[in-house]
Amino acid sequence: MSADQFVQYFISGLTMGSIYAIVGLGFTIIYAVTRIINFAQGEFVMLGGMLSFYLIKSAGIPLAPALILSVLITVVIGAIMYLLAIRTARHASVVSLIIITIGAAVFFRGIAGEIFPWGVDIVRPPYFTGSQSIAFLGAYVHPQAFWIIGTTVVVMILLHLFLTYTMVGKALKACAISPVSASMVGINPRTMALIAFTLAAALGGISGVVMAPLTLMSYSSGFMLGLKGFVAASIGGFKSPVATVIGGFTLGIVESLAVGIDWGPFTSAYKDVIAMTVLLLILLIRSGRLAEEERMS
Amino acid sequence: MKKYLMWALTLTLVLSLLAIGGIGCEEEGEEEPTPTPEVTATPVKEAYKVGAILDLSGPCSNLGIPEERTAEMMADQVNAAGGINGHPLEVIIYDTEGDSTKSVTLVTKLIEEDEVLAIIGPSRSGSSGAVIDTVTTSEIPIVSLAAARSIVVPVEERYWVFKTPQTEYEIIPEIYTYLQSADITDVAIISDTGGFGVAGRTLCNDLADDYGITIVDDQTFADADTSMISQMTHIKGENPQAVVCWSTDKGSAIVAQDMKTLQMDDVLLFMSHGVANKAFVQAGGEAVEGVIIPAGKLLAADEVPADDPQKEVLVSYRDDYEAIYGAGSIDTFGGHCYDGLSWVIMALEEMPEGLTLADARAFIRDAIEDMGTFIGTGGVYNITAEDHLGLGTGNVYMYEIVNGEWVWFK
Repeated sequence: MSADQFVQYFISGLTMGSIYAIVGLGFTIIYAVTRIINFAQGEFVMLGGMLSFYLIKSAGIPLAPALILSVLITVVIGAIMYLLAIRTARHASVVSLIIITIGAAVFFRGIAGEIFPWGVDIVRPPYFTGSQSIAFLGAYVHPQAFWIIGTTVVVMILLHLFLTYTMVGKALKACAISPVSASMVGINPRTMALIAFTLAAALGGISGVVMAPLTLMSYSSGFMLGLKGFVAASIGGFKSPVATVIGGFTLGIVESLAVGIDWGPFTSAYKDVIAMTVLLLILLIRSGRLAEEERMS
Repeated sequence: MKKYLMWALTLTLVLSLLAIGGIGCEEEGEEEPTPTPEVTATPVKEAYKVGAILDLSGPCSNLGIPEERTAEMMADQVNAAGGINGHPLEVIIYDTEGDSTKSVTLVTKLIEEDEVLAIIGPSRSGSSGAVIDTVTTSEIPIVSLAAARSIVVPVEERYWVFKTPQTEYEIIPEIYTYLQSADITDVAIISDTGGFGVAGRTLCNDLADDYGITIVDDQTFADADTSMISQMTHIKGENPQAVVCWSTDKGSAIVAQDMKTLQMDDVLLFMSHGVANKAFVQAGGEAVEGVIIPAGKLLAADEVPADDPQKEVLVSYRDDYEAIYGAGSIDTFGGHCYDGLSWVIMALEEMPEGLTLADARAFIRDAIEDMGTFIGTGGVYNITAEDHLGLGTGNVYMYEIVNGEWVWFK
């Protein structure tokens, strides 16, 4: 692997890692506040991407408003999903609620394959700023990749500011630390859950609209994207947004570098094996440390 | 009063039934039976039932949808023309969702519950392989619409199995012949890890020596991967003159895009016949410009020379399909279904009346095998007991994508 190639692999990993990180954040926020693992998270990404294509191509709306509108529609869908499917079943066990989210995911996928005029074909919304790749430190980078990485960084900073400096953000954090104590001081956990779902849908929608031009989108893309985000979130332990972001980037970069490493028979066919092995190692080390922490307390 | 009315109604019903029956017998359906409310959908003879298991959803739904449309269109055409020897044709279509296990379940359902005479499908190579055991033990003919050669080979174990699409064995030699004529020796392969990708990748490697080609790099990606930059970076490092990409729509479109991103402009890009559809070109946009694809002649129906035996069938199928589903909607996958269902219909036309279900199934199998030369959309087929596909070379054109259109270069 030459130095130029290393930079190329690294930037590619960074791009994919950004996507995994932002999808993972959606998992983390909902889990922290409600203890639900939302398996429809990947579908929010798919909806964001598909809606942006629909609004630009079929409805003829200009790029920027179409992107914002796609995210807003995804947010509304996320809120409706919470109000109709999760809140009405709030007395059920967490496992039942998780299964409800799987049902919601299947529902979104089915609807997306039916309502759009192109049916089940793959689509590609237009690139934000053309397709002429840019030479950067010996590597070539697609302009859309800069958009993906840039958007992720901005979203992470905004999310951090929101959670640290706003009242609602602090209430969300409180709810994550202890729902019982939070409700004692007057925080309504149901409102917080609604906000968590809305935020997660927004994160999904945003990642969907920025990635779709580069990664393409079809009605069935959501599941695998959700899975990668889930992996990022589990590396982060579903607790801390920062750890989730690190998890996402780790997964992306390891996946990408694994292609470049030629260990005799280990070709790119093994890249997922290598990525999953790293994940298992991280989880093993983490669970060991968690057990230790529990013993200490 | 009420009783009288009932009697009158019953009498009318019986009379009209007799009348319709009479018309059907005497005039062999030349005249459309007058629709009478009391006797709607009373078939003259029992319907011939053919099953179809297609990928209407899931990763290969872009294959299944045109296949479904073609099957429905053909059934309507046959029934509008009075059915097959007076028997209406009923095509029972189920969705495999691209899943092998589901395909097996649906095949069993078609055989045992629906009691169909023959089966069309599945659309994917993996699912087609999975149902071979079931159709063989149940003794029912199946015409697969999937690409891999292993579906009909070894033929001793594929007594009941036929297929219509070209396999990698018809396509890759065409690519390699072209490369040889262009003095290209250094080739890199990139393929997906699904059944289709693996089959193409294996053959690309196996045939390379015969055509004086060196495989300088051999990369793979998973079905769901969303970026191939890493694989293409690796390939770029090996300096190939051409890249052969063996996958379906999404992966192939990303490979083309990422090659452009890495500015590998002087490297030729060849792809499989698996992407010979409109959605690929539309989604690929400017990134797939210049991609070279060998595929059936259907995409160039207008340009096919008039003395080509396929000319007539290509144009008529294309015109029929696009009249219903819109101009430019044609692709080769619907054509595979057209060929397969045509075989079954031809067999049904020859079938004598009054066979038991098992005998009818065996008759259809034998009739397809003994059909002789069949001119279809996928090529000129010569099915024999030794070859259940029956395609030679020369049924494929090389296309280049120029301005979003398939352009046949002669």
